[in-house]
Amino acid sequence: MELTQKNMSTSAVGIAGAPNLRFWNTTNGKKAIMAVTGVILAGFLVGHLLGNLQIFLGRDAFNRYAENLHNLPALVWGTRVVLLLAVGLHIWSTVQLADRKSSARPVAYQKYTPQTSTYASRTMYMSGPIVAAFIVYHLMHFTFGTGGTEYHYYDPYGNVVAGFKVLPIALAYVVAMGLLSMHLRHGLWSFFQSLGLNHPAYTPKLKGAAAVIAVLIFLGFASIPVAVLLGAVKQDIF
Amino acid sequence: MRLTFHIWRQPNTGAPGKMERYESANMNPDMSMLEALDVLNEELMGKGTEPVVFEHDCREGICGSCGFMINGVAHGPQSKTTVCQLTLRHFKDGEELYLEPWRANSFPVLKDLMVDRSAFDRIIAAGGYVSVPAGSPQDANALLIPKTEADRAMDAAACIGCGACVAACPNASASLFTGAKISHLGLLPQGQPERNERALRMVRQMNGEGFGQCGNIGECEAVCPKGITLENIARMNADFLKASVCERPKSGAAEDAA
Repeated sequence: MELTQKNMSTSAVGIAGAPNLRFWNTTNGKKAIMAVTGVILAGFLVGHLLGNLQIFLGRDAFNRYAENLHNLPALVWGTRVVLLLAVGLHIWSTVQLADRKSSARPVAYQKYTPQTSTYASRTMYMSGPIVAAFIVYHLMHFTFGTGGTEYHYYDPYGNVVAGFKVLPIALAYVVAMGLLSMHLRHGLWSFFQSLGLNHPAYTPKLKGAAAVIAVLIFLGFASIPVAVLLGAVKQDIF
Repeated sequence: MRLTFHIWRQPNTGAPGKMERYESANMNPDMSMLEALDVLNEELMGKGTEPVVFEHDCREGICGSCGFMINGVAHGPQSKTTVCQLTLRHFKDGEELYLEPWRANSFPVLKDLMVDRSAFDRIIAAGGYVSVPAGSPQDANALLIPKTEADRAMDAAACIGCGACVAACPNASASLFTGAKISHLGLLPQGQPERNERALRMVRQMNGEGFGQCGNIGECEAVCPKGITLENIARMNADFLKASVCERPKSGAAEDAA
């Protein structure tokens, strides 16, 4: 009888009060931070893409856009600080969550058959770090001019053309944009889910919208190296 | 009907385990998966081999005791069906089946296909209740609950705590389970007074147990024998976010009670 009562009470499961974890120390908190920082980075992508697409307006228009941007140091540096913070928190959360992920299932299944999840959603911890590595090279390439191709500070248009005339570099950019697009496809709608917004009528639409936006962003960014490779955007006399 | 089983054999929690191959020609398409294991165990005992340990109780799909992976899918190929309700007619004659226990750090294998799910009990104990004065019953219509809310609460309450969500999740996350438990009380008026506290305590307990994070990929929803949806995880996230913002330092009577 005594044993039965013990088994029936919470003492059987050894509850000693829930651990007093702070918001940041829960996986749910880290995912919320990931959602907010992720959407900030995605927002930047849209602005960055709209700026980049001006390359199709010709050398003068593109270089003027770059010059105008550099004449707005508050905007440029404000954006950079926000992005650095967002990237830092996004990566910090990733590292901690990846650690949790590997400790949560130490013994792998001999057989595991995914049922409904997308390839994009299962590979977030791979597409993310690869895109991060790409961003490092991208900054070296077009911001610091140390990417290994011809670079002139006052001629961003020429830098782009010179940079993408090298086939492996152009292909690497297209592949990186493909991975970024996959990351966005899952990340954009996950933003809502991680922050607690899910509705049977709207969530499927959000998933659809995320896929469309991801494809559009891929097509937009990939169009530039492809256009240079095909000779549609080419070097002319400066 | 002939079936080949590859079954995870592990003598106890600390010991190493491995897959063992067994064949049986005495299978019948009308058997449930658990009855198939019963027959296989009879054969194994006849040969002097130790029978395969698996957990079961009601065998009618409502207790949440049974469950293991069949060919990499929690509860096997039939959706919204526990292994006790899964019949062999869903498999082909001569098929090879790989049976593995739920795999998660927070679900240590006790033996073979049986795992220790007391982590779920501790999550429930952390906040999966309503503190009500259990006096004489009140009038049936004193507390009005809209039909849609009652239905959603009932859908969440359908969770039987089998652990398939944890098993199917690549991160071994218990979010679907915890989300269902938080939602089913949080949707009802009786659950409101403790709603914030419940979300905080249950989410913290879930995290303290070592389950992984939710990646919103939906594998849990796909294998859930009771059709619990990802909406419940979003509700948990919303409640936890709000409760975290609104949490106050404990003072006075609350501190004395704790």
